[in-house]
Amino acid sequence: MKRALRYIIFYGALFGLWTLLAALKIWPPYLFPSPWGVAQSLYSGFQDHTYLIAIRVSMQRVLLGYSISVVLGMILGLGVASNKFLEETMGGLLVSLQSLPSICWWPLALLWFGLSQNAILFVVIMGSLLSVTLAMEDGRKQMPTIFGQAGRNLGAKGFKLFWYVLLPASLPFIVTGLKQGWAFAWRSLITAEMLYLSLGLGQVLMMGRDLNDMSAVIAVMLLIIAIGYVVDGIVFKGMERHLQTKWGLVPS
Amino acid sequence: MSANARTLPHSIAHPADSRFPTRIASGRAITPASLIDRPPLAIVSKVGLSEICLSYAAPNGERLLALDHINLAVAPGEFVCVVGPSGCGKSTLLHLIAGLHQQTSGEILVDGRPVQGPGTDRILIFQEHGLFPWLTVAENVEFGMKMKGLPRTERREKTRHYLRLVHLSNFESSYIHQLSGGMRQRVAIARALATEPDVLLMDEPFAALDAQTRDLLHDELEKIWRETGRTIIFVTHNVREAVRLGDRVVLLTFRPGRVKDEFLVDLPRPRQLEDPHVAGTAREILDELRDEINRSLAVEYQAGVKPKIRLENQR
Repeated sequence: MKRALRYIIFYGALFGLWTLLAALKIWPPYLFPSPWGVAQSLYSGFQDHTYLIAIRVSMQRVLLGYSISVVLGMILGLGVASNKFLEETMGGLLVSLQSLPSICWWPLALLWFGLSQNAILFVVIMGSLLSVTLAMEDGRKQMPTIFGQAGRNLGAKGFKLFWYVLLPASLPFIVTGLKQGWAFAWRSLITAEMLYLSLGLGQVLMMGRDLNDMSAVIAVMLLIIAIGYVVDGIVFKGMERHLQTKWGLVPS
Repeated sequence: MSANARTLPHSIAHPADSRFPTRIASGRAITPASLIDRPPLAIVSKVGLSEICLSYAAPNGERLLALDHINLAVAPGEFVCVVGPSGCGKSTLLHLIAGLHQQTSGEILVDGRPVQGPGTDRILIFQEHGLFPWLTVAENVEFGMKMKGLPRTERREKTRHYLRLVHLSNFESSYIHQLSGGMRQRVAIARALATEPDVLLMDEPFAALDAQTRDLLHDELEKIWRETGRTIIFVTHNVREAVRLGDRVVLLTFRPGRVKDEFLVDLPRPRQLEDPHVAGTAREILDELRDEINRSLAVEYQAGVKPKIRLENQR
């Protein structure tokens, strides 16, 4: 109740300030749109299905790209964590690669895959793969060794050991990394879509820019934030809560 | 005892074998009937360790010997306790038998076949129970059977049976963190039994429990052992506990771990921890162990940390 009140006060003030600044007309509306203008853009965008189509296309891309990087990242991370040679060589490379914004891969992606879905997918994967890999590597190392020993002792080996023991045992340690990977995937996707006109939210945003329609730009920005927030709040928070009840961890 | 055995490489000494006189710790020179009727030992041993050595690289690059020519033969259905000061390598020995690590030299035979990695005929019960916190109690108990590929109905049935055996039927769907220490250890025992191993390897399973809980679990373990007829190798630093539970107590020295002596315990069962006979026998063994404990403590005080053997040959 108190928390809800705090939310209302904070967001109410923010909204009020925005409305006030827009109403004062210090800047022309095409530079600083009013909340009303943005609301209208949102309404018409949903009305003619532009946004729905864009959201669907973007979500499909990000889900595909993210899934691929989760699978690849887990394999890579597990490999790096359990092989000394890989750890010493590839470990450092992975950390340094993480400082590279994923959009830097765009020119190469264009050459390799052409102006296509795959180029976008590639950028998305490169954006999130490293976080997942590093998280998995770290999780595998943090995970108490006793789980692996107990699993092997009870007859689990190979893929069964990974699937039934190592993966669930490291989940609490990698969930933060998975979350970060998701955020990176989402950002990379929008960036790539802005550079390449092919439906999707990024393209709708650029369309707003081309038409000098700042209301539409802000409307799409709000959508991008909202989707990121919803996925984080529903999928990852739910996963964390689920793990906390099972493992008996105190919610932080 | 170990000196004798060393002159006969690849033969496994057994206490019932007259070539290797073993002390009867209780003072009464009676060999239990179960030991007399045993056919020749090489065939009988459920678990046989012959000339087991384990060395590892110390931080300064030097190679240290952790286990030194360990010979041990365990008969089917026997309850053997291994005692020694902390850092003598007794837990390591269990890990070797479980196949989780590889010895430097020597051979471990189970039913006459060399150990080549983990197998569900030998289940290890850890001190920190090693239960899976992401599974319920029932799912934990089912785990080994699931890995074996048993059908679901059979798994359910056996899970119920073994949970009843450890008096945890009402906690099927609890998660591990919701249980007390003693209950967790009982789940671990049920989980181990459910895979129906011939040999239970227990690594100080009750060390972290309070005295009352431990007493209770001693009774339960003794009962389960008698009902199921499993072979048990039980490692502990608590001599009283070893005498309370074991048919035989094997003493290990401190660094390198060698078999210092063996004691047959032929006190009637069920035993009690407070029984003066148990206490007396424990005292006898403890006298012999004293030097080793002192050496262990000296190292511990010097280093300021618990001496720990670092295992490198993980399978």
